[in-house]
Amino acid sequence: MGVLDALGAAPGLAAWALMTGVAMMNSGLSTYESLLMGLIVFAGSSQLAAIPLIAAGAPAWVVLATGWCVNLRFVVFSAHMRPYLMHLPLRERLLTGYLLTDLSYVQFIRRYPQHGHSPEQLQAQQAYLAGNCGLSWASWESFTVLGIVLAGLIPARWGLGFAGILALLGVLLSLASSALRWVSAGVAGAAAVAAFALPFKLNILVAIAAAVAMSLMLEAAHRAKSARAEPTP
Amino acid sequence: MNGETDVWTVLVILGLTIITVLTRSLFFLSSRPWQLPGWMQRGLQYAPIAALAAVIVPELVMTQGQFIHSWQDARLFAALAGTAWFLGHKTQRQAVLGTIVVGMLVYLPLHLAWGW
Repeated sequence: MGVLDALGAAPGLAAWALMTGVAMMNSGLSTYESLLMGLIVFAGSSQLAAIPLIAAGAPAWVVLATGWCVNLRFVVFSAHMRPYLMHLPLRERLLTGYLLTDLSYVQFIRRYPQHGHSPEQLQAQQAYLAGNCGLSWASWESFTVLGIVLAGLIPARWGLGFAGILALLGVLLSLASSALRWVSAGVAGAAAVAAFALPFKLNILVAIAAAVAMSLMLEAAHRAKSARAEPTP
Repeated sequence: MNGETDVWTVLVILGLTIITVLTRSLFFLSSRPWQLPGWMQRGLQYAPIAALAAVIVPELVMTQGQFIHSWQDARLFAALAGTAWFLGHKTQRQAVLGTIVVGMLVYLPLHLAWGW
């Protein structure tokens, strides 16, 4: 199941990996540096943020701080994933964390809104993650390499990377299962545009915070209203 | 083959890898028993869709950090087409795949042939 879900988004991920590979080569990283970065960093958005800084010769701490901030949304995800993973030994938790991209996290949470309680449930969730992350990793890695090899042949102006955005859009739509989630998406989208000028892509974090706060407030208001409508003895 | 490989860049790449692991695992590094407060657990069900919207929307309506001034933008039409397709097929497993394919079928001609 994890593999099938990942397959649905795979063309978008592949196009994005391809364009990241091309972008690394065009920024003036050497072939070996591009390969190394594509193979081990495994984080498209932080790679894309780091590439121009490395090319401009920015100090290492600036590049690393940028990578950290661009990745901050994963800290939120890791809080969410904790109850699903704590039964594993540290080494496996770290491996899972390393492989857990936005798409895998979102698809996993959609499939398993509640963490498992029995060993069988946990096992099934584990298997889903292994399949989903495994396929994403393989397609990301192979298309990054392809992008590095074909860098000279694929002009950036074709905009193939847009397929990655469409993949995220499709997954977003599959998550929009309640009115409050639509509100959350709307608030986050607007906040991300409004706060776009923030450095280090912190607009994404601001947007998540604003959307979650707004949804929680509406949820509380809704509960208060229905409690008034049917007074409990 | 491109340029020369230098040690500084390789070290930065290794550092970025460590950051990938640390940020994605931060809340499950320690195995001490600990639970999120209830309001935060409820809030987290709205986080995934918020994160996606926060990444996607600026990519659709902004260029070089500026809000777009024209509706003649291939991205808008591609996103609309992809969304329409998804909403018509959301019970199917591969609805996400269709969103990508339909979106790109709208995007590429508009972008490359019309220059939108």
